[in-house]
Amino acid sequence: MGYTENELAKDLENQEYKFGFVTNIESDKAPKGLNEGIIRFISEKKNEPEWLLEFRLKAFETWKEMTEPEWAHVHYEKPDFQDITYYSAPKQTKKYESWDDVDPELKETMKKLGISMEEQQRLTGVAVDFVMDSVSVATSFKAKLKELGIVFCSFSDAVQEYPDLVKKYMGSVVPMTDNFYAALNSAVFTDGSFCYIPKGVRCPMELSTYFRINEGGTGQFERTLVVADEGSYVSYLEGCTAPQRDENQLHAAVVELIALDHAEIKYSTVQNWYPGDKDGKGGVFNFVTKRGVCEKQAKISWTQVETGSAVTWKYPSCILKGDYSIGEFYSVAVTNNYQQADTGTKMVHLGKNTKSTIISKGISAGKSQNSYRGLVQIHKNASNARNFSQCDSLLMTDECGAHTFPYIECKNSSAKIEHEATTSKIGEDQIFYCLQRGISEEKAISLIVNGYCKEVLNQLPMEFAVEAQKLLAISLEGSVG
Amino acid sequence: METIINTTKLDVFRSHLTPTAINLPSAIVQEVNAVLDQTDFPTTRQEAWKYTRVGKIAAISAQQGITPSDDTSFPIIDQEAYTIHVVNGQPIWTTAQDKLPQGVHIKTLSSCNEAELQQLFEKKIQGIDVFQALNIAYLTDGLFITVDENVSIDHPIQLLHLNTTDSQVSNVSHFISAHKGSKASFIIGSLSSANSNSFTNSSLNVHVAENATLTIDKLQVEEEGNLIVSNELVTQENGSTFTINTITLNGSLVRNNLTIEVDGTNCTTNLNGAYLLKGNQHVDNHTVVDHKQPHCNSNELYKGVMDDQSTGVFNGKVFVREDAQKINAFQSNGNVLLSDSATINSKPELEIYADDVKCSHGSTTGQLDEEAVFYLRARGLSEASARQLLVSAFISDVLDKIENDAVGTFIDDVLSNRFGWQR
Repeated sequence: MGYTENELAKDLENQEYKFGFVTNIESDKAPKGLNEGIIRFISEKKNEPEWLLEFRLKAFETWKEMTEPEWAHVHYEKPDFQDITYYSAPKQTKKYESWDDVDPELKETMKKLGISMEEQQRLTGVAVDFVMDSVSVATSFKAKLKELGIVFCSFSDAVQEYPDLVKKYMGSVVPMTDNFYAALNSAVFTDGSFCYIPKGVRCPMELSTYFRINEGGTGQFERTLVVADEGSYVSYLEGCTAPQRDENQLHAAVVELIALDHAEIKYSTVQNWYPGDKDGKGGVFNFVTKRGVCEKQAKISWTQVETGSAVTWKYPSCILKGDYSIGEFYSVAVTNNYQQADTGTKMVHLGKNTKSTIISKGISAGKSQNSYRGLVQIHKNASNARNFSQCDSLLMTDECGAHTFPYIECKNSSAKIEHEATTSKIGEDQIFYCLQRGISEEKAISLIVNGYCKEVLNQLPMEFAVEAQKLLAISLEGSVG
Repeated sequence: METIINTTKLDVFRSHLTPTAINLPSAIVQEVNAVLDQTDFPTTRQEAWKYTRVGKIAAISAQQGITPSDDTSFPIIDQEAYTIHVVNGQPIWTTAQDKLPQGVHIKTLSSCNEAELQQLFEKKIQGIDVFQALNIAYLTDGLFITVDENVSIDHPIQLLHLNTTDSQVSNVSHFISAHKGSKASFIIGSLSSANSNSFTNSSLNVHVAENATLTIDKLQVEEEGNLIVSNELVTQENGSTFTINTITLNGSLVRNNLTIEVDGTNCTTNLNGAYLLKGNQHVDNHTVVDHKQPHCNSNELYKGVMDDQSTGVFNGKVFVREDAQKINAFQSNGNVLLSDSATINSKPELEIYADDVKCSHGSTTGQLDEEAVFYLRARGLSEASARQLLVSAFISDVLDKIENDAVGTFIDDVLSNRFGWQR
């Protein structure tokens, strides 16, 4: 069942969603629905220790008491949590010894995604932990990382091999009681990535994970845990594409970052889940909890390019616990057609002399709604805290909306907080200028949009920056009338 | 069958109040009571009250109905203005009714007939909150003011609210209608002299018709310990100009809900606010500017200085509805914290559904520039006066927008008495 050029051409013709295809790998599925039995089933399937099962069950108990949040500026039909399959693993459960053992069809899928393993292994310094339907099936560069003492593996492997580390840090940043979706994730998460950088080590390559929803109707509940020990540095990349589906798929991930004293974590995301078709049918619900904690002089930097998902609900946050710690948030969120995004960040300043920067660029086209929602909180003891926020919105049509909801809470008199937001459309004079110089309108808009997002795109690692620019262009294709 | 009776804080609060004696249509009274029966006071779990606790209000055992005699003298802000004092919720004609300028009609709600009241109140009851419902159900009185077509008033009309006794609860509701082409300015003051726990729950509906110009200077200088919740709804028609300056200098709990619906083209809307807080004061300004029609401008500037354990809250929202193109909406909020125990919660929001607009908002929080203080000290100013000068310069951006000199002088007096400095 090769993927021929003709088929590819057809796909491109459809152009609705570039990466909409389904891999035919039989899944080992749990029955639909959510109850204690399912949780025990998942835990057993994954051969988990007792404490983790307890963690899951406790989370489930909490979740049952919680109600779905409704405060976000998004409207959607709430998913039926009993109509979701909570576990689905590719059939082959045995681990691959070498790259040659990998199912050829899987390789093909990766090729289509543009992440040819061979090429990556040979040419780039990127180690890829490929997550397909919740179970990690291929991990590369492991050996090389191991030399430095860096642990980069799937979450389930980490539970088996590094239970102490996982036990110590899991749930320490995002407690299972944090919110509705975090609790759900804590109860039913199937896999994810785990990364540990030992003291004083500078990770020599960008670590990246490709997530991908595959089986129809399977919610993905990823869990990522990145621990950077004292004085270490890591750059972590996360990118996702999902096959075209008609029913809504739920994605409720939890990402926890821990930057110990003097450590630095750079976490970049390119999100391109299926956004639904032109009439707003289908698409992925992306309800993610991402949070990092910074100890003394540590730094966490979130960069995200959000172009996909029917509904996005995502606030990568930093808890600046240690003195002199730094939090950064750079975001480009593009919404088209009927997409809705409510995204932003939280910067919680607890330590003295903490600094945070927020740069958010929203672009809304079609009939979409794009909101920035952010919190800057300066606690009583956070003397000399500094925050700078800038949230710009660009409106492409007269049917879309751009909204800004910043929360600024300050309890310290030596803090300096600046927030600035603007909303406007692309200036006609700018377009005129380009047209006059022989640049077509579509190209001109792409040029202007790219310039508008430059501040954020510059923060992305090289590989991603290229991909992100392409994504921006694709997402906005035909959106200008 | 057993019935469980849950007595809410609101029920307890209401048990001390006297239902309104105003001749309101019974359907309206029934409806607001139905709202009150079903709810309780808002909690911080509700988004609109996230930063403001109303426990102080709920704890009041209301005293009602003591009206001082007419010959008592009450404070006046502008000596030349046409003055009506609203004492413990009851209007007193300080300027005799027949001395009002031509083309201005003022009526108390207690002298309105049911049909008039029906007209005034029927629109008010849609989607009301607890305080608006309380305002109607226990309405003490209010004024209905009309300014005739093309009438321009020489001096402002001033409505001064006072509670003279502790735990007095006044529910007042005013209506101002500025007809086509008219021009008027108002001073609305809250100057309660009671020692503590008096509560003014006021409501104001303003209609600014085509090409009319209306200015309101709103001064909240209650004696420390008194509470205010005020709801204002302003609607603007084509070509109208509306300006409101909200200055809060005293009072233990002040909540202002200011909503401006710009339902006409080519309108101008100016909202300015200043809040200077100390002690345990809590002041919450919620503003909404709702642009429903194209070609309008709105400017919003709120500035606050918080000292001691005081808390300031600012929530400004700008809506630009679909088809409301060519809107210029600007919003800015600046805050200075003078003490480590002071708090500011600022939430400037934009909700925009039209594309050809220019909207921006900004919010800053900081402290006095130490270098500027040093500069002034190097020139012989004491530490205290250097700081005062800087605070004064900061807040003057807003205060300078007040055109009425008498109001300016009044504010200066309060500043020097309460904060010990001059502008």
